[in-house]
Amino acid sequence: MIIKILGVGCQKCKNLDKLMLTIRDRYNLKYEVQKVTELDDIMEYGILMTPGLVINEEVKSVGKIPKEKEILKWLGVE
Amino acid sequence: MNWISERKKLIGFLAIFLFIYFLPVDVNRFNDAIIGAFKLLKWYAKEHVILCLIPSFFIAGVITVFVSQAAVIKYFGVSAKKWLAYLVASISGTVLAVCSCTILPMFAGIYKRGAGIGPAITFLYSGPAINILSIMLTARILGFEMGIARVIGAVIFSVVIGLIMASIFPEKNKEKQAKQFNIPEMENNRVIWQTALHLLILILILVFVNWGEPLVDEGLWYLIYTARWFITAFCGLLLALSLIFIIKIRLIHVVIVVLAVLFTALLFPQFPLISFIVAVIGISIILSISSGEPQEWITETWGFAKQILPLLAAGVLVAGFLLGTPDEGGGIIPGDWIYTMVGGNTIIANIFASVIGALMYFATLTEVPILQGLMNNGMGKGPALALLLAGPAISLPNMLVIRGVLGNKKTMVFVLLVVVMAAISGWIYGSLF
Repeated sequence: MIIKILGVGCQKCKNLDKLMLTIRDRYNLKYEVQKVTELDDIMEYGILMTPGLVINEEVKSVGKIPKEKEILKWLGVE
Repeated sequence: MNWISERKKLIGFLAIFLFIYFLPVDVNRFNDAIIGAFKLLKWYAKEHVILCLIPSFFIAGVITVFVSQAAVIKYFGVSAKKWLAYLVASISGTVLAVCSCTILPMFAGIYKRGAGIGPAITFLYSGPAINILSIMLTARILGFEMGIARVIGAVIFSVVIGLIMASIFPEKNKEKQAKQFNIPEMENNRVIWQTALHLLILILILVFVNWGEPLVDEGLWYLIYTARWFITAFCGLLLALSLIFIIKIRLIHVVIVVLAVLFTALLFPQFPLISFIVAVIGISIILSISSGEPQEWITETWGFAKQILPLLAAGVLVAGFLLGTPDEGGGIIPGDWIYTMVGGNTIIANIFASVIGALMYFATLTEVPILQGLMNNGMGKGPALALLLAGPAISLPNMLVIRGVLGNKKTMVFVLLVVVMAAISGWIYGSLF
């Protein structure tokens, strides 16, 4: 599973990154977290607001830090 | 002992040591400037933080959490009506982007995948220029006229520049990736008018509690000024209702806060500020214990406070050090220099101010204390507006990012347009007022 965080580097993007890593450790999950910081690449996903959360090439959240419960649902964790 | 790897620290130590060694604390001017910096900081803390900034942060929070970005973004699509795209682009900055980091991706998106260069440029310019916090602080510190001029100038400007760019760089029918924007579906169980009403109440509170003292002791303005705390209190009751019915906070929580505020108001009738503070604390508490959107609201509000206050404090210290305080003057930079360069309302002064504004980087809100200092030292109103219009929108660092999206030519044209139009607007404003 590949998680991508789309963002140019503002605080929210960094926080989302930290959150995804924390979740991974806490629930012992296996995925890779990549940061996409080039505007061109970010736009490939068609989002207009950062941060963007992409799970396995699907855009799950745009412009905000989603709640942990939601993230867990998308990751398929009960 | 590896000098090569230690060299950075060594240089750092040396620099700091030399700085301290040569610190001109025996030069009066220097000391005055340092004190001036802190005096200005204290003045800001006393006069503006509680009544102006804190409510503004709440308002920014509401905008971020409750306004459906999706609803606005659809105006920027490829097939959107052009004039609508421009209109929305010019004012949506207030609603969409209170954080500068959101502006760039949106700009790139609108440009490459959406309505095109015109609306994209309009958005790029207006976003930082009409951010609600800046307008509020501008109106409060630099004067009501300046605040209004800034808003009107920025909105009109942004559309004009967008249109000019669109006509200079017409887009051939590019195969615009008709890939629609990835807009998140937000559960919107709140009708738009409810959000608007809630926002309006907050804005009314902000406006009335900050109602400026007029120069004459009569007239409508003065009446409102004398009655402002009562008006604010009334709006506070409206807010309580809004919290219960629109935001859906539990009745008992709101009632407790209202009672607490009433209690302090009766106890300290000469110090309405205390009741105001109690209200702010009370609302913050009940928001943080109500899960869902209220919690998000207070979280975003606090986020803005954390992000903006330190930068503003730094900006104020710098402005105070360089340019002194409103009452006593005394900055490091001699007042006559300022007056010579940007005093009065000559075209040169306006252009100069505009160029400086374009190059300098202003963290959110810092343009206000700096401008205040400049105006105290003789900067004319015209050049001041020019700086306000050119400053927040562009700076050297963000020119580089824009360049990455638009390319050299378009970026240069954009910057040139901004500088020229800011100067012209400033000059017009200076001549009229």
